[in-house]
Amino acid sequence: MSETVKNSLLFGLVAVLFIGTGFMQSWNVSLQILNMALISAIMALGVNLQWGFAGLFNVGVMGFVAVGGLAVVLTSLPPTPGAWVIGGAWRILLALLLGALTMVATVTAYKRLPKGRLRTLVMFGLLIGGFFLYRAMFLPGAGVVEAINPSALGNIGGINPGGLENYKDHGYMTILGWGLGGLLAAGLAWMIGKTALGLRSDYLAIATLGIAEIVIAVMKNEDWLARGVKNVNGLPRPVPYEIDLQESASFIARADSWGIDVATASSITVKLGYSLMFSAVLILIFVAAQLALKSPWGRMMRAIRDNEVAAEAMGKNVTARHLQIFVLGSAVCGIAGAMMTTLDGQLTPGSYQPLRFTFLIWVMVIVGGSGNNLGAVLGGFLIYFLWIQVEPIGTWLMQIVTSGMADDSGLKKHLLDSAAHMRLFTMGIVLLLVLRFSPRGLIPEK
Amino acid sequence: MDFINALVVLSNFVLIPAVAYGSQLALGALGVTLIYGILRFSNFAHGDTMAFGSMIAVLLTWWFQSMGLSLGPLPTALLALPFAILGTMALVLLIDRSVYRFYRQQKAKPVILVIVSMGVMFVLNGLVRFIIGPGDQRFADGERFIISVREFKALTGLPEGLAIKTTQGITVVVAFVAVVLLFWFLNRTRTGKSMRAYSDNEDLALLSGINPERVVIYTWLIVAALTTTAGVLYGLDKTFKPFVYFQLLLPIFASAIVGGLGNPLGAIAGGFVIAFSEVTITYAWKKVLVYLMPEGLEPTGLVQLLSTDYKFAVSFVILIVVLLFKPTGLFKGKSV
Repeated sequence: MSETVKNSLLFGLVAVLFIGTGFMQSWNVSLQILNMALISAIMALGVNLQWGFAGLFNVGVMGFVAVGGLAVVLTSLPPTPGAWVIGGAWRILLALLLGALTMVATVTAYKRLPKGRLRTLVMFGLLIGGFFLYRAMFLPGAGVVEAINPSALGNIGGINPGGLENYKDHGYMTILGWGLGGLLAAGLAWMIGKTALGLRSDYLAIATLGIAEIVIAVMKNEDWLARGVKNVNGLPRPVPYEIDLQESASFIARADSWGIDVATASSITVKLGYSLMFSAVLILIFVAAQLALKSPWGRMMRAIRDNEVAAEAMGKNVTARHLQIFVLGSAVCGIAGAMMTTLDGQLTPGSYQPLRFTFLIWVMVIVGGSGNNLGAVLGGFLIYFLWIQVEPIGTWLMQIVTSGMADDSGLKKHLLDSAAHMRLFTMGIVLLLVLRFSPRGLIPEK
Repeated sequence: MDFINALVVLSNFVLIPAVAYGSQLALGALGVTLIYGILRFSNFAHGDTMAFGSMIAVLLTWWFQSMGLSLGPLPTALLALPFAILGTMALVLLIDRSVYRFYRQQKAKPVILVIVSMGVMFVLNGLVRFIIGPGDQRFADGERFIISVREFKALTGLPEGLAIKTTQGITVVVAFVAVVLLFWFLNRTRTGKSMRAYSDNEDLALLSGINPERVVIYTWLIVAALTTTAGVLYGLDKTFKPFVYFQLLLPIFASAIVGGLGNPLGAIAGGFVIAFSEVTITYAWKKVLVYLMPEGLEPTGLVQLLSTDYKFAVSFVILIVVLLFKPTGLFKGKSV
């Protein structure tokens, strides 16, 4: 079987799965899964850039995804009235600037001063002094912002020009957030990469694992930023609202001509709108990644991955190239994270779980085929579909297993209730089986 | 007098909790470090192995409690611990046979083994949630305090109280016994010596006739005992919740790396370094300072450097600092 035929068959299988869901469950469910699958495919492309191209082991995907989500809030919300005063948000910004300056000064001291007790003392002094200065600047500012109508606002808001009344008319601002999400994730990745790249691969893994937890902790606790665990709801959308569609005469006429009821037609139209936008981004990133892989730059990356010492001997700056691709891959994850928050219409820091947003993406890349962009995309679609559909399948299986038991049996109840946890188990088994019997994935690297 | 009061407050809120937490971390980090030293990969499934072992202990404890078995003032979980360890040993040997051994024979790169351990992590996590559910489970019983605040105040007449929870006492004692046993095993027995030899230099060890599969089996057995003990002690001290064990992965790895991966002594030191920094940095120092500072200079705020929600950040920062300035850890570990 030639490669093209095999790949077409695999993608055909994915299409059948989604169309089957459309007929068996509903087109709404099918499109809903498809939208998240598109986003997952983009995340998988990002991880594939790092792991497949460069062999970098990043287990902090969740952090970059969450930062992307934060960017959407920062662009698409209107600035909170009263927050941008000297004692409020500007003071917070100044405090953050002070914090950054402290770090720069410390690093400069470390590099410029000769090794010895003086250097240690200066560095400690700078760090401790800078920390207290930062806290003194920061806390009152955050207090002022968080005190503004805490039950509804209490955050700095974003840069939406519509103001509190009309910000939902400026839905395009969320798309701006996708770009900012990529930039924020890239900045974060640069900071991690600067410190942890060049150390061994396990250490990068632990460092990224840690930074992801810290990003989530910051988003949960810094209420002035995006309301913390109080969540941000009602983000504007780049697509029309179902309610507006249902009230528009032309849309009702069109739905009638299709022969479906208006409510279903409106929600399908909205979801299709998202699907189109996400597909466009996916295709764009896929083509870019594909071109990069085939370019001299991509060949250099794979050469570094396969033999660092040889590549270094050929005059390649391994650490710099690693940093480059680490930043790029993380930016892609950030963009995907921003798209996800746009799709949800809300930011809920409590919902970010490492198993779902880091390790599941890894399963996608490994199952699809690390080092192959097409494989990563396939893995994204297939694994996300499984992740969602294992739950109903598990419940159905459990119903069959328990059908012989008495209705009041505790075991039956327990088994039915636990069926939802089947998905983690299934993902682990899938990953282990692929690693054992087809370690190069469904679509192996050429 | 003020000084003694300050000391009592400090012990109550910082020293005692940190010692207990440090012992738990040290036991966890010992497991990570042993696997790294012998099997040469970072085991991401460690936290979930811990959760699995503790889950067995929780279930057995409930069973014992329903039968009326108890240890009097001591928690019933201690009675369940040996059986839980046996169960975890069976589990890790099964996993090693069915999963890891294949890659060992293939001489796969360490990073592949790390990814494999990610798969094991998923499976174990799913199993634990499937069997016991994702919620909080309480299984501590027996006497709650060795000495309670009221008893301490009555005993000493000081205005500040000091409480030592039974679980904290047990944690320290059990961890101490476990560490002594481990070092006796590693330093005095033939198998322990062959393990150290294998960890130091694989080729030389093979050359002198050490059976690598035997070493690996013993390593897993010891790791199972250590992780289950750590997990049960942590669960007794706080509560049992599967996700918390997953999150413990970060401080445990930080402890192992800070101490020097592959070095058991370092793992213990690392555990205490991480625990003490986490507790001291997230503790509100006001009460202690009020006693220590001269009148008029007492702090008005809480004097808490970081909120407790950022405790992961503390272990992370220490980890990064050690990695930057001393990549092999405080005690010389491996740097493969």
